[in-house]
Amino acid sequence: MATSAVSHAGHASAIHVEKSGIWSWITTVDHKRIGILYGASAFLFFLIGGIEALLLRIQLGSPENTFLSAEAYNQLFTMHGTTMIFLGVMPLSAMFFNYFIPLLLGARDVAFPRLNAFSFWVFLFGGLFLNVSFLFNAAPNAGWFGYANLTSKQYSPGLNVDFWVIGLQILGVSSLAAAVNFFTTVVNMRAKGMKLMRMPMFVWMSFITQILLLLAFPVITVALILLMFDRLFGTMFFTASLGGDPLLWQHLFWIFGHPEVYILILPAFGIVSEILPVFARKPLFGYAAMVFSGAFIAFLGFGVWSHHMFATGMGPIADTVFSLATMLIAVPTGVKIFNWIGTVAGGSLQFRTPLYFSLGFIAMFIIGGLSGVMHASPPADLQQTDTYFVVAHFHYVLFGGSIFALTAGAYYWWPKMFGRMLSEKLGKVHFWLMFVGFNLTFFPMHFVGLHGMPRRVYTYPAGLGFETMNQIETAGSMVLAIAFLVFIYNIIQTARKPADAPADPWNGATLEWSIPSPPQEFNFAEEPVVHSRDPLWETKRERGGKLPEPARVSGAGIHLPNPSYWPILAALGVGSVFVSIMLVHTLGPIAIAAAVLFFFFCVFKWAFEPAG
Amino acid sequence: MDSHAAHAPEAQGLDPHEKSHPGPGVYIKIGVVLFVLTALEVAAYEVAHRPGSLGTLLQPILVPVLLLLSAAKFALVAMYYMHLKQDSKLFSGLFVFPLIIAAVVIVSLIALFIYHYSYQRGML
Amino acid sequence: MTTELSLSDHAHALHPPTSTGLDNRKVAIWTFIGSECLFFASLISTYLVYKGRDTKGPTPDEILQIPLVTFGTALLLFSSLFVVIALNGAQTGNRKRLLFWLGMTIVCGMFFVGMQVYEFQHFVHEGLKLQTNLFGASFYTLTGFHGTHVTIGVIWLITVFITALRGKLPPERALNLEMAALYWHFVDVVWIVIFPVVYLMK
Repeated sequence: MATSAVSHAGHASAIHVEKSGIWSWITTVDHKRIGILYGASAFLFFLIGGIEALLLRIQLGSPENTFLSAEAYNQLFTMHGTTMIFLGVMPLSAMFFNYFIPLLLGARDVAFPRLNAFSFWVFLFGGLFLNVSFLFNAAPNAGWFGYANLTSKQYSPGLNVDFWVIGLQILGVSSLAAAVNFFTTVVNMRAKGMKLMRMPMFVWMSFITQILLLLAFPVITVALILLMFDRLFGTMFFTASLGGDPLLWQHLFWIFGHPEVYILILPAFGIVSEILPVFARKPLFGYAAMVFSGAFIAFLGFGVWSHHMFATGMGPIADTVFSLATMLIAVPTGVKIFNWIGTVAGGSLQFRTPLYFSLGFIAMFIIGGLSGVMHASPPADLQQTDTYFVVAHFHYVLFGGSIFALTAGAYYWWPKMFGRMLSEKLGKVHFWLMFVGFNLTFFPMHFVGLHGMPRRVYTYPAGLGFETMNQIETAGSMVLAIAFLVFIYNIIQTARKPADAPADPWNGATLEWSIPSPPQEFNFAEEPVVHSRDPLWETKRERGGKLPEPARVSGAGIHLPNPSYWPILAALGVGSVFVSIMLVHTLGPIAIAAAVLFFFFCVFKWAFEPAG
Repeated sequence: MDSHAAHAPEAQGLDPHEKSHPGPGVYIKIGVVLFVLTALEVAAYEVAHRPGSLGTLLQPILVPVLLLLSAAKFALVAMYYMHLKQDSKLFSGLFVFPLIIAAVVIVSLIALFIYHYSYQRGML
Repeated sequence: MTTELSLSDHAHALHPPTSTGLDNRKVAIWTFIGSECLFFASLISTYLVYKGRDTKGPTPDEILQIPLVTFGTALLLFSSLFVVIALNGAQTGNRKRLLFWLGMTIVCGMFFVGMQVYEFQHFVHEGLKLQTNLFGASFYTLTGFHGTHVTIGVIWLITVFITALRGKLPPERALNLEMAALYWHFVDVVWIVIFPVVYLMK
């Protein structure tokens, strides 16, 4: 691979030799490498979150268990939720944004390659920072939505909540920077002829996700600032005795939090919408309806946040409005589900692993969607809220939905990213273990929830009828763990095989399959021109057969941005600014000033770095 | 080495999608209007807080008057100084759509809290 | 040098024309400004939700004074005018106009920050601290974060001023100033909202 590039390029002015070594990864601005960095670190965090979940399940495997203390349980369930959302599903989606948005658009990189690297490093530092809290036995312990006034200094005097607040602030910087970048990329970096309504559905759903990120994250930023001021500087935003109102936290949190759940699911919708047509051998059913239902879901997502707060007693009018708006979201969501079914129906289905996971996604997401509509109704919600029924619901949409789709995407795009096909046999074992394990773990939660088992409580007394169901759930979680061990085994086995994946193993419809697997640094030797929604299918049809295997070329003369170490240093600056704020009472304001100066210094060096 | 030479093709004047920006004359006129509107805001405030028939008349409509004046200033700066009037419609969308969501958030939060408190006190 | 060669030969490859014909950086700054709308909306919501719910004073009625802040408001408004004239200077290659009005913008911005520092000190002296009551907490947070934005804007404008002073802001690179100017105008329109909402509707 590397040798062929060198031999072609001896005489060229700008050659692209495969760079290697750790420094090349630290300074990389290549969207594909950054995508792999996102994927690798997010998968590690995902495994940590999974181990946390296993510990929780072991504790709940029998009544009045003493495997975990109440305090340890609180830390673990808080970190499980926070990790899976911010360090698992979001960055795993970001891996696909990074690697595949430019490829699907026919672009050579994202709009701002260095900003892209910056986003990744900030994310990594934020994730590490959150997990470092375990070393101080001070992991966040107030739940992933950190309700006031449990998070106040009075009730949470330790560093736990500070770690959570600061960690989320750091991750917010990463998400916002990435969102600006990908938004601009989709607006401006499309191949010739790729009008908005010709963009692949994954790009569309990712694009809508960026808009949600841009509009939702500033709200949580402000909420976290207020909480930080309460904890560090003695304000009373959420202290009822001094006039503050803990309810404001809930409002601000869910104004962010509800769009956030669409941030978690829309990329998954996009991935499945790419996979189903390819394995059904027919175009996506109802393309325009898919685009507009996605946009409508996102728009409505800003008007339903209070359905998370029916139990606070907002009053009948507010309850009614938010209930109706929430039920309305079922309509565009249903449109999407019918379109997926319409895509599969009558197709000549190729039963490969990505299709398995995609079909699993549709089935599981329908269950999660339906239980979601159930607690859109305030009287039903009052019975279900804070019970395991809700836990069952959101695992059906986030695990049964997002994780199934992300796994489908991993199997689908693995050959493109690494030049090797994952084993089909192990992939199907992985699927069935995950499918069975998932349903064993989470389906019984519907019942224990409706029987009244509260969530976020570290144990339960014997004799309430929860035992058997909880044992099944714990057993199911072990099956899930085995499923992911099979996946890891598959990855290791695949890494040992020769990199011989063809450019287009699935008979794909989109541009990424027109270039070698893995792509060269510059992606496209010639900038592609697009005439339809399924450009590659169209080209193949016109040629009356398969495309020739694309040659590896030197890419002489194609300009690529230089590697830079300023993104990682600036990311370090962001991290130190926030950490110095957290420790202001120990280190003093001088530390903040120093950190801000360091950050500004990095930004200046970055801004004035020669581009050539 | 002049690393920025490559920016030349996308310079302002060569951008086919954007009409040219107005000159200082227009900016100064808008500046005068902005100044007058600000003066009106403060004047409205002063009059409404002074005893007298005009004050009593203005007091109840002070908030909507101030909001209108503020909206007018906001629109003038956005349209003329931020060039939304001449520049691509995309930029207007990028500003106006978040502004709508922002307004919805502010208004509904205020309404929700007013409603919540009156409901809890049994006033509804 | 080979890199230089590739630069001049492939200037178009380096910055291909974008799908919309708009510069990436201008799209990005507008995207960021759109995002910032929600940041200030959340702060303004907090201020308004808590307005009049203090358990003790000083209340806005007792402490806010109009003359000083009106002066600050005018400064910020004029700075918006100045920076757009400076941008015109940059776009038309009128170096004198660029440098003078950009300098004036920076001076106005600095005076605004100075006004705010003075005002905060005065209020603290009068007995309104961040921790005093809800008004103190939400007022300082809202206006303080606006002030932080002004400060960052001033720093940004100063760096652009220095590049201009060194003759590195020719018309084809006026976008470097336009981005800072757009951010500056945004900070101004936020104040256009804050001024009546906080000071005149007290």
